[in-house]
Amino acid sequence: MARVVVDVMLKPEILDPQGQAVQRALPRLGFQGISDVRQGKRFELEVDGPVDEAALARIHEMAETFLANTVIEDFVVKVEGAEEPAASVAEAK
Amino acid sequence: MTARIGVVTFPGTLDDRDTQRAVRVAGAEAVPLWHRDKDLKQVDAVVLPGGFSYGDYLRAGAISRFSPVMESVIEQAKAGMPVLGICNGFQVLTETHLLPGAMLRNNHLHFICRDQKLRVETNSTAWTADYETGQEISIPLKNIDGRYVADERTLDMLEAEGRVAFRYLDVNPNGSLRDIAGITNEAGNVVGLMPHPEHAVEPLIGTGRTDGLGFFTSILKKLVDAR
Repeated sequence: MARVVVDVMLKPEILDPQGQAVQRALPRLGFQGISDVRQGKRFELEVDGPVDEAALARIHEMAETFLANTVIEDFVVKVEGAEEPAASVAEAK
Repeated sequence: MTARIGVVTFPGTLDDRDTQRAVRVAGAEAVPLWHRDKDLKQVDAVVLPGGFSYGDYLRAGAISRFSPVMESVIEQAKAGMPVLGICNGFQVLTETHLLPGAMLRNNHLHFICRDQKLRVETNSTAWTADYETGQEISIPLKNIDGRYVADERTLDMLEAEGRVAFRYLDVNPNGSLRDIAGITNEAGNVVGLMPHPEHAVEPLIGTGRTDGLGFFTSILKKLVDAR
């Protein structure tokens, strides 16, 4: 069984008050030197069968229509263990 | 025969009963609709009420969007059937892309519950015809994911086309861009807003005013006139 990871992040221009709250708490907790925090979501998908081009295309479609709301969020699809992110799939369309 | 207005119940919906009551107070027939049922029971219009459908898992409204009832609602809305989304219902409408933009966590990260002053920016929608354009109303607001966002181009388009339906007055309670409290689609049949008109239809409860009743009398008048 292979694992595919989908990372979903708010687009850079969208205000992230949760990330800001985390960032503001850091100095108080003794963690210095962090100038910005953005909070996102990570989905770990256990895939039955081979992670081939067709499987990745379906996962891309899933991420675009469901896991992420592309009005406010960007996403990246990665095959765990693979050297490079599945960039060809993430950039399709 | 009066108009039949459907009110959808998802798992986690809170305000379906109040919405049904508001529909009846206005003089229409309220028809309960169930999320797993594709059948809209031949209603003339649909209200998606507030609450936390499917626990707000993933994103508010994200899972409700794929429920069987929404398949029919989306199809009918595109064909012109009036649809009103209140609070969580508004979130569902943005997730379906029947309305542009998206809803995010309030900028101050707190749940708010209070009376909110709004300006009705257009009375040329199916749900606002009984108001004057520019009329100020006060109705309850209660949410944590109430921050309306869209890109600048979309915001400019909404303003230019007169599709900002409601704007927050006095104070922006959640960081919504351009103080937007609610919007309409191009045809004016699909309207969404965060505050709750259904909680302000009788003088005995809520604000003591009936500022929200106009939503329900507007749609009733439109449906009856169309016969």
